[in-house]
Amino acid sequence: MKAMFYPGCSMQRNARPYLDSLQAIKGDIDLELQEIADWNCCGATEYMSVHRVAAHSLVGRNLALAQHQATGTDLLTAGCSACYLNLAKTDAQMREDAQLKGTVNEALAAGGLAYQPGRLKVRHLLDIVCHDIGYAAIQAKVVKPLHGLKVAAYYGCQVVRPDYDGRWDSHERPTSMDKLLQALGAEPVDWSLKTQCCGGHMSVIGPDVAFGLIRRLIHGAREAGADMVVTLCPMCQLNLDAYQVEMNKHFHTDYQVPVLYFTQLMGLALGKPAKELGIGKEFVDAAPALAKIQAEAPKAEATKRKRRPKASDGLPMPGMESRHD
Amino acid sequence: MISAPVSTSPHGPGQFLAEVMAATPGDNRLNLCVQCGSCGGSCPSGPEMEHTPRRLFALIRAGERDTVLKSNAPWYCVSCYYCTVRCPQDIHITDVMYTLKSMAIKAGLFHDAALPGFSETFVDYVEKYGRSFELGLATRFNLRHHPLSLAGMAPMGLAMLKRGRIDLTPHRIDGMAQLSAILEKAKALEAAP
Repeated sequence: MKAMFYPGCSMQRNARPYLDSLQAIKGDIDLELQEIADWNCCGATEYMSVHRVAAHSLVGRNLALAQHQATGTDLLTAGCSACYLNLAKTDAQMREDAQLKGTVNEALAAGGLAYQPGRLKVRHLLDIVCHDIGYAAIQAKVVKPLHGLKVAAYYGCQVVRPDYDGRWDSHERPTSMDKLLQALGAEPVDWSLKTQCCGGHMSVIGPDVAFGLIRRLIHGAREAGADMVVTLCPMCQLNLDAYQVEMNKHFHTDYQVPVLYFTQLMGLALGKPAKELGIGKEFVDAAPALAKIQAEAPKAEATKRKRRPKASDGLPMPGMESRHD
Repeated sequence: MISAPVSTSPHGPGQFLAEVMAATPGDNRLNLCVQCGSCGGSCPSGPEMEHTPRRLFALIRAGERDTVLKSNAPWYCVSCYYCTVRCPQDIHITDVMYTLKSMAIKAGLFHDAALPGFSETFVDYVEKYGRSFELGLATRFNLRHHPLSLAGMAPMGLAMLKRGRIDLTPHRIDGMAQLSAILEKAKALEAAP
């Protein structure tokens, strides 16, 4: 199966382990990816706040390039939730709003480009893996089942909502990634926060708001008995992993819940070496959890903690006092 | 579905509602809000917002332009789309939040410049290089708006660097001239009446 591929800025760098693990497994699952040559940033959740038509035109350039370059496929996929949503949103809103379609194409014409909305089917990577390649085909390739690993499948927001093309079984309690992880031999835990927000840009513009959201998710995953959180988005991974360290400083807590990409777990189950999958580049070390499945994981660099947790700090909420040590 | 017409007089309270609706793409249905509060109840940053979406929409209807455009609420929107999928009236709430942000920037109406500052810094890098540049974004934004937090950010930056998860220099796309021409044209079209 072939698709045009939009990596996006995050996958190129801070989420490099996501890209590396995808590259490592794509051959095994018969996924051919044709990267859009000279793609530009999707605008994340920021460009749209400043200039709406320009934001759609920014995305429009990527859509136009993909349409022009595509050979033998009408699928366009992205692994980042925000990149996926921006591509899907511009396509959907150009289909819905004739005036927008005209304006964006007028802007694209200034660069010698054009995009016919609907020509490409924009789909998130997880959607293609679960629904096109399929659980059975993936299970058939598993050589090292992840037996004994308890995982919290975390979908975040922008893949399952607003879901312009009705791709998902639920906007609030989806099950596709849970089924995928089950096919790999892992045990998905039932938890109520699988589509709650990771904090998004609040980790930068209002960290106190983000810390509360991050703690809720990390705490919820741990309460549900998960050894790790499994994600499909660079922003979610960054907030829950790197900012978990900052969140611990803020609340004087000591959560240590690793956060990996679903492609990294697929790689382990397909027998790829952990290093090739970018495992070890996370802030919260995944090695102790992966020891449960006898995966030799390069240890993540220890992140220095400034001070010991204080027993009296944190919100006076039930269950919040419990710690690892 | 066709939305009910909004009653507007050139200077009456309905004018602001009409303005917000016109600036939001598609059939956004903002005039059909029934003030049920599903949006605010679903919002991850709702408790920190000066006005929940429900209150904001009542203020828009009442023509309270300054109060609405000064509110931190649109900036605290994390684009999670919970409100949008839960709204019984199918109002495109997240899209309305984007509209309010760009209207606030145009009107210069916000009391914390750090809120639009992040979006504007992000846009600057994209318009210069065609790609986002995380190190520059974090450094420049914090330098301008939260200088005291920079020292606190350093360990995380170093840890990112050690893990090869951050670039020291931005990457410029080949088609930068093409992208600039597209964006310039788009902005001209957006500004045209």
